[in-house]
Amino acid sequence: MQNKNSKSIYSVPYFVWILLFVIAPIALIAYYSFLDLSGNFTLDNYKNFFTSVYLKLTLSSFWYAFLITLFSLIIAYPTAYFLTKTKHKQLWLLLIIIPSWINLLLKTYAFIGIFGLSGPINAFLQVFGISEQQILFTDFSFIFVSVYIFIPFMILPIFNSLDKLNPSLIDASQDLGASSWTTFSKVIFPLTINGVKAGVQAVFIPSLSLFMITRLIAGNKVITLGTAIEQQFLVTQNWGMGSTIAVFLIIFMVIIMIITGQREKGATSYGKNK
Amino acid sequence: MEKTSKLAKIYLALVFIILYAPIFYLILYSFNSGGTMNSFDSFTWEHYAAVFSDTRLIMILINTVIVALLSALIATIIGVFGALGIVFMRNKSLRSSILSLNNVLIVSPDVVIGASFLILFTMIGVKLGFASVLISHIAFSIPIVVLMVLPKLQEMNSSLIDAAADLGATRKDILTRVIIPFIKPGIFVGFFMALTYSLDDFAVTFFVTGNGFTTLSVEIYSMARAGITLTINALTGIIFVVTLLLVIGYYFISQRGKKPVGLGVRK
Amino acid sequence: MKEITRSVIAIILVCIALFFVNDYLNKSSGNASDDAVTIYNWGEYIDPELLNQFEEESGYRVVYETFDSNEAMMTKIEQGGTSYDIAVPSEYAIETMKENDLLLPIDHSKIPNLTNIDPYFLDLSFDPKNKYSIPYFWGTVGVVYNPALLDGQTFESWEALWDPSLKGQILLVDGSREVIGMGLNSLGYSLNSTDEDELQEALSKLNKLTPNVKAIIGDEVTQLMVNEEAAVALTWSGQAADMMWENEELDFSIPQEGSNLWFDNMVIPKTAANVEGAHAFINFMLDAEVAAQNADYVGYSIPNAAAIELMDEEVTSDERFYPSEELRDNLEVYNNLGLEMLGVYNELFLEFKMGMN
Repeated sequence: MQNKNSKSIYSVPYFVWILLFVIAPIALIAYYSFLDLSGNFTLDNYKNFFTSVYLKLTLSSFWYAFLITLFSLIIAYPTAYFLTKTKHKQLWLLLIIIPSWINLLLKTYAFIGIFGLSGPINAFLQVFGISEQQILFTDFSFIFVSVYIFIPFMILPIFNSLDKLNPSLIDASQDLGASSWTTFSKVIFPLTINGVKAGVQAVFIPSLSLFMITRLIAGNKVITLGTAIEQQFLVTQNWGMGSTIAVFLIIFMVIIMIITGQREKGATSYGKNK
Repeated sequence: MEKTSKLAKIYLALVFIILYAPIFYLILYSFNSGGTMNSFDSFTWEHYAAVFSDTRLIMILINTVIVALLSALIATIIGVFGALGIVFMRNKSLRSSILSLNNVLIVSPDVVIGASFLILFTMIGVKLGFASVLISHIAFSIPIVVLMVLPKLQEMNSSLIDAAADLGATRKDILTRVIIPFIKPGIFVGFFMALTYSLDDFAVTFFVTGNGFTTLSVEIYSMARAGITLTINALTGIIFVVTLLLVIGYYFISQRGKKPVGLGVRK
Repeated sequence: MKEITRSVIAIILVCIALFFVNDYLNKSSGNASDDAVTIYNWGEYIDPELLNQFEEESGYRVVYETFDSNEAMMTKIEQGGTSYDIAVPSEYAIETMKENDLLLPIDHSKIPNLTNIDPYFLDLSFDPKNKYSIPYFWGTVGVVYNPALLDGQTFESWEALWDPSLKGQILLVDGSREVIGMGLNSLGYSLNSTDEDELQEALSKLNKLTPNVKAIIGDEVTQLMVNEEAAVALTWSGQAADMMWENEELDFSIPQEGSNLWFDNMVIPKTAANVEGAHAFINFMLDAEVAAQNADYVGYSIPNAAAIELMDEEVTSDERFYPSEELRDNLEVYNNLGLEMLGVYNELFLEFKMGMN
């Protein structure tokens, strides 16, 4: 097909990028994962990973990443939907993104102030006679702040999918007697599945390696694989073990992509092979 | 439908309030004469004055903006063509492997990316500074651009391309007049996400910078040990207001010049 | 498509404009002298006015970069590609850097102001004869607490932390050596212990502390204690000083069983480009007036006896931050335990953290 050639010249930079900045680092990390502290070849790092500490960390990472993605999706979907109905939707969309350009550490410090025992939220609760609540260093605040950070990444792709939805499809469905829920689950949601998938990937995958928020908001009461990696790379200078954990993170990511990829109904490619 | 739109407005208002709460908190304290974000003493403009007299800080800010804009721009271009390349691939297993490779940088912790890029740069012999930071930012932004552009490509009906070709459109025309206008929302979203990745990044930038070049993120994180000064709050306030004005201004200007059709080919 | 091309052009134009603005600011902000001294320091760890003063007096141009952790700084210097003339590592990092051959010896003949330093702070175990490093700031690890939130408890002993009435009231810093070291100290062992039994004992004892631990955090401990988010914190004296400056209720004490004595010293990395300039800078910072001004700005304790004479007596006689010699005898500097042992400490600390969940 003619198209194939014309596209491939312009996409060369992309494939060069993959080679230099994805494959080369992976090779580097894989290489390091087989080294011990003195630079000798060893399988100990891998053996070490299958101990209870790291397996527990893995489960913990997955669990929290799952929760964060779930809540992001639940909050983002209606937001995106309502946004498509507004008059100046692109403006509102940009206004959603702007807070994400403010430095993360600063926003987290602001949350420490907001959620603090003497912060505005507690002051507000006290007006209603509710006693001081410990909000910081809890699962709730951790997930809240994580969702806060990732939500633009979920809203935007879903917005794009919803925006293009042909409204006559919804009208048709309702004319045919479908309830709102059926219209949503059988018409709207499936047609926006690509946006949802992109959002889920953009949120779940980075959530697995969160480590800064785990310390700042959760006070290390939540620890993820990211915490362990950062410690290994920086504190213990054990790049071998750190790389091993990174290898496993990559493997997990690939597995998730395979699982979510199989349910794909729409076409991902053009051309003769579908 | 009256009920829905009222519910919608309340819901959106709530979302926006929560999104902007920390920002307003930061800006509130930028007027604090107290010196930290712990208690509000009295109102003052002194921190804003401090920003304008801190030349080093302003230069760092400008560096940060330049790197963010350029890296997002280049990453978007490379990412869009990459997404096109992926979508037109015929080999299904090769396609899914490339998709997995695409996401490797997103799943990797910043420390790992920073360390491995540093090794790469020193092996090749690239001098650390503006160039290494720019290249690194482009590198970690490309995957998110691809992720944001792909859904739009997937939604595109391939018969559009066939029809255009049948009508005698050149390859360039198909690209610029059919495909790109259709995926434009994806391109813009990808660009803005890349901008976010770049502005927020600390660890990767930290590892690959040198020669006195630094970004706002690195500067702020380094201040954490001794305490972040309210000058940074003031700077944030200025950045926020300027960005807001630019965005609103740009939007209304572009609205005046446009036909009320909206984005894309189909409406 | 037109909109896209317009946006692209707009972005490129903005970048070019900003580039010229930066260039202008760079030229107008001071001497364009080619002779630069590149300094790599912790954030907010020097009075910026002093940098200007140094530029004026010496004629060198100062290039300033910051880092937020010793390990990150060491990684940067070790990998190469940089040419910092001065770095300011903590004492344990200096040992590691020496072993990895990352430092240049300092020519004492070029830094006559060295005589200003109190001899107690020279010739320490991590750098005999100060061949590679000159002291900059120092401090201790101790307990900062808020008497207003407590029932009259004091913390003369580490045991006080295990008091059941302190449930969920203690903040610990996110450092394996600090926390495990504290555990070892509370049992009467050295915080440099490499004995497996002693370490396990320390871990068991620390595990009993977990009900009292509210969170394990980093530099934000300052903000948290000032906000009275917790009653007690294990932290460095420098941060305690910052906290107490903000919230006058707070107090600080160093338990008697012993604790850590830390140093941040100036070193000249092997990859330095301007060794002359580096020496000039070190000598400048050792000057009594300069050091006193710096101590005022940063707020940490300095080892410069001549400067201490010039400072406010209220500050320098405060035993919490300038402990007397007898108190100092109980303090230990961290030895470099080697990467393997450091790994063991970290695994133990990770186990401790997981015990909290």
